[in-house]
Amino acid sequence: MRVSRRIKPMYARIFGFAALAACLAMPVSAAVALSDAAGSYTISPASSSIRFSIGKVGGGGLDGAFARFKGSIRIDNSDVGRSEVNFTIFPESVGTGQSRIDAFLRSDAVFDAANSPEIQFRSTSVKRTGDTSALVTGRLTARGKTFPEKFTAELGGLKAGTIKFRVTGKVLRSRYGMDVGTPIYSNVVDFDMTLTGRRG
Amino acid sequence: MSTSITNSTTRYGWAAIVLHWLIALIFIGQFGLGFVMVRLTSQRTAFELIQLHKSLGFLLLGLVILRIAWRLGNAVPAPPRSVGPFERRTAPLAHFALYAFQLALPLSGWALVSVSMLEIPSMPFNLFVMPNLPLAESDAAESFWAAAHWYLAYAGIALVALHALAALRHHFWLKDTVLKRMITPSSDRGTE
Repeated sequence: MRVSRRIKPMYARIFGFAALAACLAMPVSAAVALSDAAGSYTISPASSSIRFSIGKVGGGGLDGAFARFKGSIRIDNSDVGRSEVNFTIFPESVGTGQSRIDAFLRSDAVFDAANSPEIQFRSTSVKRTGDTSALVTGRLTARGKTFPEKFTAELGGLKAGTIKFRVTGKVLRSRYGMDVGTPIYSNVVDFDMTLTGRRG
Repeated sequence: MSTSITNSTTRYGWAAIVLHWLIALIFIGQFGLGFVMVRLTSQRTAFELIQLHKSLGFLLLGLVILRIAWRLGNAVPAPPRSVGPFERRTAPLAHFALYAFQLALPLSGWALVSVSMLEIPSMPFNLFVMPNLPLAESDAAESFWAAAHWYLAYAGIALVALHALAALRHHFWLKDTVLKRMITPSSDRGTE
């Protein structure tokens, strides 16, 4: 930690590399940092957000967010590729700023939140794609349907037992029986999440 | 019997007849669709029917504009001899009102979707994006146009019912050519 205090940006870069690298031949300093990052984190909803956007014909889009979700991040001590990201979204908590749209999204037209109260993501692989980025592949389950999906995770920071990622990805809603409104509303849902994990 | 497209002073041509029945079918269908779509429990079906209602509304508006242009550019057949003085005076007023409702209903619907806070784009039959009317969005404007569209729909369908009853009266009671000449381009000379 002596090094990090003197030259922070470099430390961050090295750490990011380490945290997400599946590389075996890691520099000694990075290996130390990986052991720092390794561990289990619980996603803190208060400092996290799961936002989405669906494009509309003629421009603009429908933006919303889920207020309630839970999840965990586990960074493997020896192999980042074995790390895991799991999260559960409660679609009942969807919010778009327009109550009639929220009611529509919660109804059986879209989420059917009464019968399918959870949307789950379970990672199956984590691949490093850059110094501070990784491709997280996993299985997304919504309304009883499961499909493989990919998300890009970008390390946003690590301090005092807190790790922060920005996770983005595109999901085709038609596969989950949520194709209502296409083609007026795009089939592609753009996710933009900030997931902050607290150690423990 | 001529099979002319255009009207003459004694009979309607095919264009006026086809436009009349096509618009009648869509107008009455739209009333039924509008009635049902706001009473469904399935929000998905409701959404889809509302989009269909919008598509048919834009089609109706196009047909009504075409029909008004056709009417203005064509001869208007005089009522048959059998039609009395009261109807000679009131029928044109009723017909004018029918045209006004045909125009006002799709326009008020277009205004409603334009000011709606839901901002759902209009895409008639998924073919193209119909722009909104240049009206400001607000909950108040949405409530106003929703009410206007609702009252116009009920008043319009009442007028259509009156119009249909008048036509049936002519056909079954007075036994004249008023209804028949709106079915095929027939001259009313037979009853003169």
